[in-house]
Amino acid sequence: MSGTFVGMPAFPEAAREAVRNPTLRGNLRHATHTIRAKRARAVGELADWAELREAGRRIKDHTLRHLDRYLEQLEESVTAAGGTVHWAADAAEANRIVTELVRATGESEVVKVKSMATQEIELNEALAAAGIRAYETDLAELIVQLGKDRPSHILVPAIHRNRGEIRDIFAHEMGEWGRPAPEDLTDTPADLAEAARLHLREKFLRAKVGISGANFMVAETGTLVVVESEGNGRMCLTLPETLISVVGIEKTVPTWRDLEVFLQTLPRSSTAERMNPYTSMWTGTTDEDGPRAFHLVLLDNGRTDTLADTVGRQALRCIRCSACLNVCPVYERAGGHAYGSVYPGPIGAILSPQLRGTGSEIDASLPYASSLCGACYEVCPVAIDIPEVLVHLRERVVEGGPAVRRGNKVLLKPAKGHAAERAAMRAARWAFAHPGALRAGQRLASRTRRLHPRTLPGPGRAWSGARDLPAVPPEPFRDWWQRTRGGKDGDR
Amino acid sequence: MRVALFLTCVNDTLYPDTGRAVVKLLTRLGVDVDFPMDQTCCGQAHYNTGYRHEAEPLAWHFSDVFRDYEAIVTPSGSCGAMVRELYPRLGERARAEGRGDGLARALAPVVPKTYELTEFLVDVLGVTDVGAYYPHRVTYHPTCHGLRGLGLGDRPRRLLEAVKGLELAELPGAAECCGFGGTFAVKNAAVSAAMGVDKVRDAESTGAEVLCAADNSCLMHIGGTMSRLGSGMRPVHLAEILASTEEEPAL
Ligand code: SF4
Repeated sequence: MSGTFVGMPAFPEAAREAVRNPTLRGNLRHATHTIRAKRARAVGELADWAELREAGRRIKDHTLRHLDRYLEQLEESVTAAGGTVHWAADAAEANRIVTELVRATGESEVVKVKSMATQEIELNEALAAAGIRAYETDLAELIVQLGKDRPSHILVPAIHRNRGEIRDIFAHEMGEWGRPAPEDLTDTPADLAEAARLHLREKFLRAKVGISGANFMVAETGTLVVVESEGNGRMCLTLPETLISVVGIEKTVPTWRDLEVFLQTLPRSSTAERMNPYTSMWTGTTDEDGPRAFHLVLLDNGRTDTLADTVGRQALRCIRCSACLNVCPVYERAGGHAYGSVYPGPIGAILSPQLRGTGSEIDASLPYASSLCGACYEVCPVAIDIPEVLVHLRERVVEGGPAVRRGNKVLLKPAKGHAAERAAMRAARWAFAHPGALRAGQRLASRTRRLHPRTLPGPGRAWSGARDLPAVPPEPFRDWWQRTRGGKDGDR
Repeated sequence: MRVALFLTCVNDTLYPDTGRAVVKLLTRLGVDVDFPMDQTCCGQAHYNTGYRHEAEPLAWHFSDVFRDYEAIVTPSGSCGAMVRELYPRLGERARAEGRGDGLARALAPVVPKTYELTEFLVDVLGVTDVGAYYPHRVTYHPTCHGLRGLGLGDRPRRLLEAVKGLELAELPGAAECCGFGGTFAVKNAAVSAAMGVDKVRDAESTGAEVLCAADNSCLMHIGGTMSRLGSGMRPVHLAEILASTEEEPAL
């Protein structure tokens, strides 16, 4: 799975491939089940988890409702602290802004902290096209970059790789990008970490420009926050002369105090730690310390359109903890790549079709990439009702309806390929609204029951490829009831 | 107490034995059960597949059929969750779309009176020992909509533990979805089947003869998988176990 997500096949096809890959399924099962159990323990330690979850939900909802106001406040605070704020309506604009900022420094290399937003806009590709090399410094991102791969998890982008695969990637690719891996590299974690450390150290010491995202932006103070586990992010944030942060507008929180909630819920939900090892906070620029120049690129890229949808907007509460991925039985089998986006798993299934619209095959298939089991909603630290949004987006796919695209109200047409299903749903609704018709159908099924196969041709094959159909009983319940009035008339 | 059995379209058509078991069980417990003949389907498949507007007439129909009963009992966590969780949402959405609060008002009386079978037994009738006898080793799968949608908690377990002769075996990964998910089973057949196989393997590891759940749709998927895998286990609806007695034992 290299290259770009554009032109991804619909989810079912991509998932079918993944299901057939035993290494991938093994890697994912092991990783998700381990973190799942740890998370449950870390969350169980807090007596006030339910209150924290509710507080997080409310803070985010309140901020989103008044986002225009808080963004203006944020811009004022950042500017007052010596930073410069840029507004980017979409990916192309954000990439143009960042490319120009890097060019203005005269540099042709940048180091990067792991950032979902820059993945979303494919910044590395845009920089490469402008002759600028971007080095990922997060260990898992480094593995993905060296492997010419795509991230498949929010928190652990290389979750789909095992140690052996990582050793091979380091051994073959590191030399291309800088300091090569040692000749005798083994697949022990300590060896792999040391190879990465030496490789990255050279980059940190040389880089003049750093690029980051942020987990939170505090409107009140203009402070940006990155939480991470390795400390590589802190190097990127403090060593370069110029720091450029690309952040989705929904990452705003009103006040410093609001961080109290999220700095508890985020680490416990994501890495199952009580507190994440590194929390970096920066406010504009400071004399004699850290970057001389700080630029904040505020990214919209479909977010205000999402905000306009009263049901779907709750997806913007997401703090990218990845807990929903780790409990999702579909993610566990399909893997992150099948979602065709930097946002995989349950959150990806509701975020991508909102940020990008439901026009493409993959985006129209994502709302169906769920059995609606509800495990994601249960673990989400900001209580996003993912099943509710999935069903809402299914409605958009099959029935069309009003939506906002690029700030304009539009009336979406139903997606192609659902005509037969729609007709069947209407017919079923008609039959169910007419009990007599339902009964006639049941009787017909019962009378012809000996003719029913246990496997099906046509679209039904999807069911009977792996499962046998139940046998049709000789008499539907309602006929028995009418004959016996619930057994009162004798026959049971 | 005049109680209506909302059997659901799937049970009515494919699993009449479950319906007969509920009638037998409730009658034994002194409840007067009626089966309103005009009942059809709650509309969950429509709603969950994205056809909310097709589900609305079915919700109206449901309220017409069941309005006058003191309680509505259903042996399906999934359809119970449709009525209790999602009907209010249907009403709200219709109102938000400027179509008045007619639907919300029609649904308001039936929603709180609708109980999944185990809720009705434990919360309304206040019994956990229903006098059942079922001499088999059984493992219990709490289906997603019962577990997380309705929050059935340990009610089904308590009922099972009180069954004479029954040996309850712990199901590993019990809270994990079996992979049915309505139209998901067809739209994402490969993932659904993989989930089903894992569920069956987990169930087999318990050494139980029977996998019990309170939702025949999930049991159809799990049972279909067992049959295809040639597993020795059988799927059985909880109601059939609770209805089984020493005089009239179920298989
Ligand atoms: S949707 Fe919720 S659980 Fe999933 S990544 Fe976002 S915050 Fe975490």
